[in-house]
Amino acid sequence: MLRAITALLVCQLVGELTALVLRLPVPGPVIGMFLLFLVLLARRGVPRPLQDTAAGLLGNLSLLFVPAGVGVVAHLARLSDEALPIAVALVGSTVLAIAVTAWIMAALLRRTGRSGGPPS
Amino acid sequence: MNEQLLHEVWVYLAASPLAGLTATLVAYQIGVWAFDRCGRTPLVNPVLVAVVLLIGVLKATGIEYRTYFEGAQFVHFLLGPATVALAVPLYRQFHEVRRSAPAMLAALVAGSLTAAGSAVALGWLFGASERTLLSLAPKSVTTPIAMGVAEQLGGLPSLTAVFVILTGIVGATLGSSLLNLLRITDWRARGFGMGVAAHGIGTARALQVNEVAGAFSGLAMGLNGLATAVLLPLLLTLF
Repeated sequence: MLRAITALLVCQLVGELTALVLRLPVPGPVIGMFLLFLVLLARRGVPRPLQDTAAGLLGNLSLLFVPAGVGVVAHLARLSDEALPIAVALVGSTVLAIAVTAWIMAALLRRTGRSGGPPS
Repeated sequence: MNEQLLHEVWVYLAASPLAGLTATLVAYQIGVWAFDRCGRTPLVNPVLVAVVLLIGVLKATGIEYRTYFEGAQFVHFLLGPATVALAVPLYRQFHEVRRSAPAMLAALVAGSLTAAGSAVALGWLFGASERTLLSLAPKSVTTPIAMGVAEQLGGLPSLTAVFVILTGIVGATLGSSLLNLLRITDWRARGFGMGVAAHGIGTARALQVNEVAGAFSGLAMGLNGLATAVLLPLLLTLF
């Protein structure tokens, strides 16, 4: 487990430094994700401890958003002043974006004639 | 318990990072418990429950967010390694991902523009201030990118961070029923839609449901971060 955590942190750190040095607009962890992906491709497999650690972290992924979410408390005044436009914009745009993205993707995938369901 | 002792306990709790950290985990456990008790319906979102509870505690005790965050930052910190860990489901689904690349690209551009464009249009239509509109534009992507883009556009980065979280909760809460309503059954498309529109919180929800959906959602989150960081500042210079 320790080796897996070390590997994740090394990828993140290299990602952060890459973003900094190359002035990329992408956050370090996202670059780290692509780095680890390349490493896995080269290794042709996921080591068991990494598999377990990743499952543990991702299984509780939503917990990790709680501290940032509580940050809402600093903006309660603006949120209540502009409650209607903010609520309509957030709900409307999120619903539209999910619908448009998934619909276009599903339509294009159907045209190539392969299903993403369980292999038959 | 005498007053002096009570005071000491209070000072300890208010100053120690242990309290903020423990409160975060306990609040989240309550959220998960409520989620389980309600038949695991996405309408009871554990993040939302935990956030509401913790805000209630902060308001009731007068503890500042900054003090709370000193403890909660240990949980917050794990977002980085967890994002890196998304490479694992991505790798496991790689052959699916490669086959779907052209469809993903088209869906990504359309979804990215829809998310930002419709947020600004709807906000403007209902009379949001300009500051709020600029802070709304990048709200569908992961927090660090969104805050950077908001700053470039002239919005308020910390307000954008709030919109990002709220967007994620909306997506995670409504996404499954919406996709069922649209009769979209392909896990790749379902996951990709969640990731483009609702970043990490949408991905957390997608991972709960299906690994294929989770992998596509994680990838979509990364790709939309990139697309938004490039497209939005470019679009703004056109207007």
